[in-house]
Amino acid sequence: MMEALIQTDLASVLTNEETAAIDAELEHVPYKSGAAIDALKIVQSKRGWISDECLTAISKHLEMSVDELEGIATFYNLIYRKPVGEKVILFCDSVSCWICGCEDAKEKVSKVLNIGYGETTADNKYTLLPVPCLGACDRAPVMMVGDELITNLDDAKIEATFSQSLLSEDY
Amino acid sequence: MERVLTRNIADDPIPINLATYEANEGYEGLKKALTDLSPEDCESIVKDSKLRGRGGAGFPTGMKWSFVPKGDACTPGHKYLVCNADEMEPGTFKDRLLMEFDPHQLIEGMILSAYTLGADIAYIFIRGEYVVSIERLREAIAECYEKNYLGKNILGSEFSLEMYVHPSAGRYICGEETALINALEGKRANPRAKPPFPQVSGLWGRPTIVNNVETLCNIPHIIHRGADWFRTLGRGEDSGTKLFGVSGKVKNPGCWELPMGTPVREIIEDCAGGMLPGLKLKGFLPGGGSTDFLTSDHLDLAMDYNVIGAAGSRMGTGTMIILDDQTCPVGMVLNLIRFFAQESCGFCTPCRDGLPWTRQVLEDIYNGRGRKEDLETLAYQVKYIGGIGNTHCALAPGAMEPLQSALKYFYSDFEKLIERNSGQQQNVARGQ
Amino acid sequence: MPKVLVDGQPIEVNEGENLLEACLNAGLDLPYFCWHPAMGSVGSCRQCAVVQYQSDEDTNGRIVMGCMTEVKEGARFSLETENAVQFREAIIESLMLNHPHDCPVCSEGGECHLQDMTVMVGHRDRRYTGKKNTHRNQYLGPLINHEMNRCITCYRCERFYKDYAGGKDFGAQASRDRVFFGRQTDGVLESEFSGNLVEVCPTGVFTDKPFLAHYSRKWDLQSAPSICTGCGVGCNTAPGERYGRLKRIHNRYNYDINGYFICDRGRFGAGYVNNKERIDYAGLREVDGSYSAIRHENALATAGQWLNDKRVVGIGSPRASLESNFLLKHWLGPANFSSGLSDAEGPGMKQLIKVLSTTKANVPSVRQMQSADAILILGEDVANTAPRISLALRQAVRNKSFSMAEEAGIPEWQDAAVRNLGQDELSPLIIVTSSESRLDNIASHIYSLSPDAIADFGFSLAARLDGSDIEDEMVCGVADILSQASRPLVVSGIGSFSPDILSSAAKVADSLSNLNKKAMLSLCVSESNSMGVAMLSDEHTLSLASVMEQLDDIDTLVILENDLSRRLDRSALQKLSESKVNIIALDVIENSTLNRASMVLPAASFAESEGSLVNFEGRAQRYFPVFEPARDRLPSWHWLIKLASLDNDNKLSALACFDDVVSLLADSDKKWEEIVKVAPGQTFRDRGQKIPRQTHRYSGRTAMNASVSVHEPPQPKDNETALAYSMEGLNRDQPSTLSPYVWSPGWNSNHSVQKFQSKVDGQHKNQTPGIILISSNQNGFGESVSYERTGALEANNWTLIPIACIHGSEELSSYTKEIAELSGNAFIAISEDAANALGVLDGDGLQVIGGSAEISLEVRVVDRMAEGCVGYSVGYEETLSLAPGQTVRLAKDASWIRSKPHLIATDGASEASLGESLYV
Ligand SMILES: Cc1cc2nc3c(=O)[nH]c(=O)nc-3n(C[C@H](O)[C@H](O)[C@H](O)COP(=O)(O)O)c2cc1C
Ligand code: SF4
Ligand code: FES
Repeated sequence: MMEALIQTDLASVLTNEETAAIDAELEHVPYKSGAAIDALKIVQSKRGWISDECLTAISKHLEMSVDELEGIATFYNLIYRKPVGEKVILFCDSVSCWICGCEDAKEKVSKVLNIGYGETTADNKYTLLPVPCLGACDRAPVMMVGDELITNLDDAKIEATFSQSLLSEDY
Repeated sequence: MERVLTRNIADDPIPINLATYEANEGYEGLKKALTDLSPEDCESIVKDSKLRGRGGAGFPTGMKWSFVPKGDACTPGHKYLVCNADEMEPGTFKDRLLMEFDPHQLIEGMILSAYTLGADIAYIFIRGEYVVSIERLREAIAECYEKNYLGKNILGSEFSLEMYVHPSAGRYICGEETALINALEGKRANPRAKPPFPQVSGLWGRPTIVNNVETLCNIPHIIHRGADWFRTLGRGEDSGTKLFGVSGKVKNPGCWELPMGTPVREIIEDCAGGMLPGLKLKGFLPGGGSTDFLTSDHLDLAMDYNVIGAAGSRMGTGTMIILDDQTCPVGMVLNLIRFFAQESCGFCTPCRDGLPWTRQVLEDIYNGRGRKEDLETLAYQVKYIGGIGNTHCALAPGAMEPLQSALKYFYSDFEKLIERNSGQQQNVARGQ
Repeated sequence: MPKVLVDGQPIEVNEGENLLEACLNAGLDLPYFCWHPAMGSVGSCRQCAVVQYQSDEDTNGRIVMGCMTEVKEGARFSLETENAVQFREAIIESLMLNHPHDCPVCSEGGECHLQDMTVMVGHRDRRYTGKKNTHRNQYLGPLINHEMNRCITCYRCERFYKDYAGGKDFGAQASRDRVFFGRQTDGVLESEFSGNLVEVCPTGVFTDKPFLAHYSRKWDLQSAPSICTGCGVGCNTAPGERYGRLKRIHNRYNYDINGYFICDRGRFGAGYVNNKERIDYAGLREVDGSYSAIRHENALATAGQWLNDKRVVGIGSPRASLESNFLLKHWLGPANFSSGLSDAEGPGMKQLIKVLSTTKANVPSVRQMQSADAILILGEDVANTAPRISLALRQAVRNKSFSMAEEAGIPEWQDAAVRNLGQDELSPLIIVTSSESRLDNIASHIYSLSPDAIADFGFSLAARLDGSDIEDEMVCGVADILSQASRPLVVSGIGSFSPDILSSAAKVADSLSNLNKKAMLSLCVSESNSMGVAMLSDEHTLSLASVMEQLDDIDTLVILENDLSRRLDRSALQKLSESKVNIIALDVIENSTLNRASMVLPAASFAESEGSLVNFEGRAQRYFPVFEPARDRLPSWHWLIKLASLDNDNKLSALACFDDVVSLLADSDKKWEEIVKVAPGQTFRDRGQKIPRQTHRYSGRTAMNASVSVHEPPQPKDNETALAYSMEGLNRDQPSTLSPYVWSPGWNSNHSVQKFQSKVDGQHKNQTPGIILISSNQNGFGESVSYERTGALEANNWTLIPIACIHGSEELSSYTKEIAELSGNAFIAISEDAANALGVLDGDGLQVIGGSAEISLEVRVVDRMAEGCVGYSVGYEETLSLAPGQTVRLAKDASWIRSKPHLIATDGASEASLGESLYV
């Protein structure tokens, strides 16, 4: 029964929407595990990260083992296996940004938000992660905040970006 | 100069939709091919154009295509075309431009390429961070399905093609074509051994061609306007135009379409406006983070594959990273090695464990803990990790290129840093 | 044979092989990690680097991986050029970056491939001064210990566990220099082949956990060639002993049978040899029912009174040696001998032998099964009854991809390339069984039928293959698939206890042979010597039932290593307990039959005795004592000679040693003629010496007993075999049957096996692979006997299907602590529909009512189960009263208390959940 209980629970872990989106991906792969990465991304897109429950639910849906899916999930840096804030800050620390002073910019971000790499702000708004070259080297230093690319970072721009947080959180 | 790839992209670009694209001879190449040209004709045009891959290795595109089994030589089943839009090479930002602002050009290129190869399914494997590109490509693909540029029996022909955008879940190694295929299959993105090449056994074990965004963007123009026209575009021995980029401390960093064979100096000085005031050029990586440094002695070289190759570097992606005289070359190399060590897939030993070792030595030197023998160790690592064939894929040899050339051109910078280490720490681990 | 030049020397190579194999074949020491002879190449470790020259003018050459380079006539390579040497050294130096250098406390030490390779490349001084990466280890169950920090990321564990053995709950996680091999969370490894990780891992990440608890170095283990007694496949093993304790079991390479891998029952199931419940001394039952240990002379004196001028009946055993069974029969006469097989199994085994003696098909070795291009399984749960065969079938279904690869010009050893090309293309595997099996996930077709229906299907299939007009869709479909194959394999066996299924398998195999196919037929048996004892049986042999019927006319029963409670129903057992018959029982460990005996004689286990076992193919193989039996234990054959010599009518008086027994057996019947050739006898000498059981470096012989006495006791003499309890002698080119362990200078790990092979993955250089004792007259099975079918069952009447469990069903291994831990509860397996109908869930209780049985068992809901059937776990104490084919009624047991899941993760969350994403 334990098994049965877990199964019903898992089925309800994924929303109908998520299941439908995954099933759509399944249509153009020859076998189910082929959609593993798409499925992880679909589930992460609304929830922000992949919890153990989600991992298990996805693996069941794709008829693969959770161990195998874990191997895939932990390979890719844009799949998060730990909770992240509402927005992830992908901070470019690669060569052009480094030349153009990203280390200072990173310090500034850290100071403004009071977090280091891998950490989430107390209000759960932001998680700061380093990312390899964002492909906007002509506008270095750059970072992505959620889906938004922010270029030519300097102190003012960083402050402006996070001013919402600053105001609401009474820093 | 005639702009080809960026003809629709203004200096202050706005993304163009199907109507605008069509208005400027868009999909003319496709129509021509589907009515007048056989796939074999297209392949020979591309071969004759002498187009070389813009993904980094510069492999002749027509030749690569010729390895795909066609007709009876091919066992029944799907064939795949994959556009490599992973663009994660440090210092590279050209494909983004092409996708964000003229998505139809890429799509037309892909349809034509698929037609040539007999592929019936096409993927755009694009890095996940390119959210704008992803959105615009998806919109454009939807427009194409509506106009029957994609789907069943395209424009009434026998040819059908499905196209999907696959946003990556990250990791630089996914840009390596065989790792990319594993990622598309939903697996861990470890590269595959070659041979067999993807052209024969690629995605799901089927014949697959992987081409770079920029490579594919050239195809409509080549088909539409012919191989001869394309060859004349180049200023030197290579044909066509190319997106060149400059980043680093220059006045006007950016990306421009110029003829192949444009001298480095023109790109850095004319387009990028030269160095920022007070700075001098110390060196540059000609085509992304995995190419060898060149120096101010090389400013008059033409950006042609063989010319840059003869000078001891690689054309790579054609996007240059400038090292100025106020930036520490050791720090720059350390940043790159850190990137490559971080991005190693972890499959083969020299890369997985050798690069972190290199990083550790460079960190010691950069942070004033260097020792004389560290320079020998670095040279040893360059030889051990850098040889083609020493590793399972080209990531690690690429990683060694900036280091080996930095040791060649900036040796004294390394020495100076080591001399600063007055303590001359002993190697505590020796003999363990 | 093509030739290549290696450092200027021409070496002969085999067409299509890779350079690493070629070098090893030529006796050159080229180090490697990720390559494995059975798993091929992937090129991840880069350790096997050599320099290849493109032409005669090329003096620089370039580095290539030996394991990834196909040899081509005239190619030029160098192992010794500076560049190659330095590169290989650099690889070790890199692998050592994060390795903890904990050899002194590592249980791999002394047989570590990483140590061997490190010494081989000559690397010594590490230049790295940074921090080492560390990992958290996982709890992987009672069998395997995990020490991830020692990992060198060669990917072999994953490739074995997932790709080769089909396991799902294990793999690589994370990336770069943080790659981690383990499960998603802590927990017991599910694969029945997990133990091979111990040998597949080139360093000490995965080690033998029970061994670790009583650890000795490899060089301190005394070993002897042995045969696994876990099932009827007959895998070859190398048990190791020290301090009178069976420490561990390693695989012993046998080209035809187990190759490099054995199952977990085989590797870990022999712990019972050290069990406290072992019998040390003879015992006599007192009037009050209790036992007292007595001197064996006194026991024999008493036994004499029970034997002389009495009717004595002997009951043999499918888990006792051929020699012991033979002596019992020979001594007491055919009319007083029972094989000891249950009445469900006896007729089946008779049928099985008939099939093997008449079949037109080939009876393949395990290795040959791997060549099948289509497989039909009829009524046998191979993964549980013959695990090693199921591993071979997992390889066989890959033949489709191998032929695709061949067409594409990709050599078979290019493992990843072949898998990428083949994707999920598998050769057809058709499973027709009553219940789910672990091979289901690689099957092309799965049918769930009752045993009767399986037989019917088989007969119709044979008829269809013979050209009959049969319309059944399933029959025609399967017939089409099999007739398209060129090497079809039919697998069946005794697992369903149905002689009809065996007949139908025989018919199918014959029909396939008639179609000019290289058809193969393989029949699984249940115990290590089921075949031997069945072959000893003849028309006089008593069934157990008839022994029980005649009990009143029998004075004395001699029971040889047989726990009758596993083979007799309750009423028969009751009768036995109540009868006045004297029971002399010989066995290794206490069991319920011994508790009914008048006299108990302590038998030596397989590890302390010699004997032959006949496997499923009819192949006789010999095992040898690893150490002297302690206290009053003796091999059963020896007890039987002693008992017989008490008998006035002594037929066995001339027997002085084990070899005499073997000769007597050989002379007794033509079918045993060859048995003397199974292994060299006691007089065999290698260059004048016996074969040493101890290694050259065996240490501390004096110190071993120092707590008792500082005088080193004399080493025991082995008068029975060609092996010596000594380190003197050579362990080099002796016959494979006498090879106790593998070792070669510089090769301390099991990888030294290649020094004993004629070529990589080939036959043992001095191969004596056992003797096949059954040959077929190839006349074909003939007409099948007509049989009666039970009609449709009434509502809530269910047919019992025996379900074998890898851990729990086999008798002796269940006395091993770790196996008992893994066995779980006895269960009744039902389909989901049945569960719904009966109103039960997985883990609830069901009353099973029928015959003499009325018991409650835990419900296990299975993925598939033939209609009208339910399964029960065989061999469990609780289910001994159930019989295959029996009809039972089921009812929910309302008073059932659900058991708590056991063996769950013990130490927290897994490393994996750290993920790659939060790298900093
Ligand atoms: C580590 C590594 C990363 C790469 N990343 C990219 C990439 O992001 N985009 C790309 O087009 N090619 C990349 N490549 C090159 C591809 O493997 C492949 O050569 C290219 O996509 C072929 O396209 P082309 O023939 O059109 O140049 C990478 C290669 C390596 C070894
Ligand atoms: S070179 Fe690096 S990235 Fe390429 S296969 Fe080896 S470990 Fe992976
Ligand atoms: S053994 Fe050849 S690369 Fe590992």
